[in-house]
Amino acid sequence: MAEPGKPDRGRRGREPGAHRRRSAHTTSHDLERYASLFAKRTQVMRSSAMRDLMAITARPEVISLAGGLPDTSTFPAESFAAQMTRIAHESSAEALQYGPTEGFSETKACIAEVMAAEGMSPDPDDLIVTTGGQQAIDLITKTLVDPGDPVICEAPTYPGAVPTFCSYEADVHQVSTDDDGMRIDELEELLAVLARQGRRPKFIYSVPSFQNPAGVTLSDARRRRLVELARQHELLIVEDNPYGLLRYDGDPQPTLYSLDGGDYVLYIGTLSKILSPGIRIGWVAAPPPVLEKIALGKQAADLCTSTLSQYFVREYFGEGRWLSYIADLIEIYRDRRDAMLEALDRHFPPQAEWTRPEGGLFLWATLPGYIDTTDLLAKALRQNVAFVPGRAAYADGVRGGSSMRLNFSASGEQDLQEGIRRIGSVVSDQIALYETITGEHRVESSPDEGEEPGGEVVPMPRR
Amino acid sequence: MKVAVLKGGSSLEREVSLRSAARVEDAVGELGHEAIGIDVGQDLVDRLREHQPGVVFIALHGPGGEDGTVQELLEILDLPYTGPGVAACALCMDKVAAKHEMRADGIPTPDWAAFNATAFRELGAADTLDEIEARLGFPLVVKPASQGSSLGVEFAATREEVPEALLAAFSYDDRVLLERYVRGRELAISVLDGDALPIVEAIPREEDFFNFEARYEIGRTDYVCPAELGSDQTGQVQELATRTYETLGCSGFARVDVMLGEQGPRVLEVNAIPGLTDTSLFPMAAEAAGIDFTQLVGRILESAQTRPASETTLRRQAGPLPAGS
Repeated sequence: MAEPGKPDRGRRGREPGAHRRRSAHTTSHDLERYASLFAKRTQVMRSSAMRDLMAITARPEVISLAGGLPDTSTFPAESFAAQMTRIAHESSAEALQYGPTEGFSETKACIAEVMAAEGMSPDPDDLIVTTGGQQAIDLITKTLVDPGDPVICEAPTYPGAVPTFCSYEADVHQVSTDDDGMRIDELEELLAVLARQGRRPKFIYSVPSFQNPAGVTLSDARRRRLVELARQHELLIVEDNPYGLLRYDGDPQPTLYSLDGGDYVLYIGTLSKILSPGIRIGWVAAPPPVLEKIALGKQAADLCTSTLSQYFVREYFGEGRWLSYIADLIEIYRDRRDAMLEALDRHFPPQAEWTRPEGGLFLWATLPGYIDTTDLLAKALRQNVAFVPGRAAYADGVRGGSSMRLNFSASGEQDLQEGIRRIGSVVSDQIALYETITGEHRVESSPDEGEEPGGEVVPMPRR
Repeated sequence: MKVAVLKGGSSLEREVSLRSAARVEDAVGELGHEAIGIDVGQDLVDRLREHQPGVVFIALHGPGGEDGTVQELLEILDLPYTGPGVAACALCMDKVAAKHEMRADGIPTPDWAAFNATAFRELGAADTLDEIEARLGFPLVVKPASQGSSLGVEFAATREEVPEALLAAFSYDDRVLLERYVRGRELAISVLDGDALPIVEAIPREEDFFNFEARYEIGRTDYVCPAELGSDQTGQVQELATRTYETLGCSGFARVDVMLGEQGPRVLEVNAIPGLTDTSLFPMAAEAAGIDFTQLVGRILESAQTRPASETTLRRQAGPLPAGS
């Protein structure tokens, strides 16, 4: 890093205009100097071997089931071009200008349409447009959490929320999930324990529908009980619902926000999974006093959400085809989910368990406890296939060590099947090796050989 | 002069390599040379033929770049390259082979037992675990034979922890070793062109002591350079490091990792291509010797051009090497 006012020793011998990455003169002394300036919270922002491993998953030869990407390849390019052209012709100056911190009212109208599709009817004044749903998580945490404050979330939880909670030094408590989502009985126990300590969680963060990473959905009864608990204890719930409209089978569940009416539920939505993550448009709906603080936080963070993106959203929704695009996505993702489930049945050993999501982008597989999925990722990468090790979904970085998140939205069916075959094969190898080492050797049954006996699979507990 | 900087690749240490290479490229520019960064892949040979660099700086870590593979290619292409030659790289990357060499040459290294997965699968190696555990004692260290970083390195405090530790290590390599744990001070001795630089001591924080990942993070491990040792002990450890460097046939530069226990220093392993990132130990040691990073890269580049002919595998013509080469 060249410091202003100092001669830049890096110029000599450099091509004119050559890209300067960083100074070769960053010495370890400099490093200590920076380190002594780091805020305390950076110590909980851990780097890790896992992060380095994840970087390799981006190589083109790797079938990556690790990302959380929607498939944007089917978005009609002509329509994109026409909308952007129209913006350039008709609203160039405005689209290139700053906008209001809380977002344009036209954007909010589009958001209201999306929320209405899931049975919600927020007052537009209760909405703020954010730079993706991720910023909404950040702003809510920034608004509500002091260092050491308890925050409750699911176990496993959205891996992207973990660093956010950690950077505000929240005391993260994770409540188990099963096929019906967060275990409310366990939540009640936790609330009782915290109450005995005289502590009150600042909020309960949940992805109730097609949860990232577990793929499970909170049942109707649990939704009602959760909302009831929030009222009873006057607790805030942060409902993060990026995938609610991406349901492939089963009946839609009411959102927590609609059950509660918006008193105790802060609602986070996003267009990332139903339109584009690249435009970075998300939102938060919250009671006015909370929203006011969030708006101040937003102002400090980035003044406003991209004006250009908001103009695009307005044009896109104006065409009136947004629901049919989602319907197309649903068809594609349903087939992909089915392909992955079928491949799992075929290629994963019987010791593994996995969830069967009714929507969303992910499922969660759990292996025998002696297999560490971070180590397994190294082995899988040698077979050019990748997944997210389960530890990423836990704030303590310890639990979830034998689980993995698998994404089925970003790869074609053939890649999904081949990817699962490769992962299944490294898992089977490790299981066989472990059994040999421990003398637990059993007759090996390679899951790749032959049909399932009887064709009827006994349902197993998937978690 | 054109200097090709080889980086990245598909090794698990890709990211570290990219960070090392970024600094090296800057330094090469500051030395007045033209740096050509090459992320190694299928087109490596084509790119090298196209650019015809005067020297190749190998900033790769882990299998592929640090184990003699790339070095072998560069021998065939007749391009001078930095760091140890083919044989030394192959030895350093294979911790088991390196330990055999060290032991044969009287260099102290902790006792060990090594296995490949086949030994367990086909030869009933599991039946020897009790014997090994009895001889090595607990805690013991389980590591993959061929990873450069801390990946897959585990402590096993009890016999119950051994199978999982083995399984973890086997995720990184088909061969693993169980090694006697030496309690003591962790020292890293950087050797530049045969001379030992000031010793770096790594002092992990108490709670991270058994977490190898923490060794590579600022704030979780403290580094002291030069290490606070008496001058006799400093000399003894440095002498041991240069002797190890020679035993394994290194040239250019390498880093020797040593545990200083009650019984004296024990060599754990040698890194043929140590990390050169902002937080790496080799640049730290060089700096303590008054050699800044650019000068260090300059020294390493010079050493590439004086590689002994005895390290050449593919000679231009048949016949014995000239005497004294």
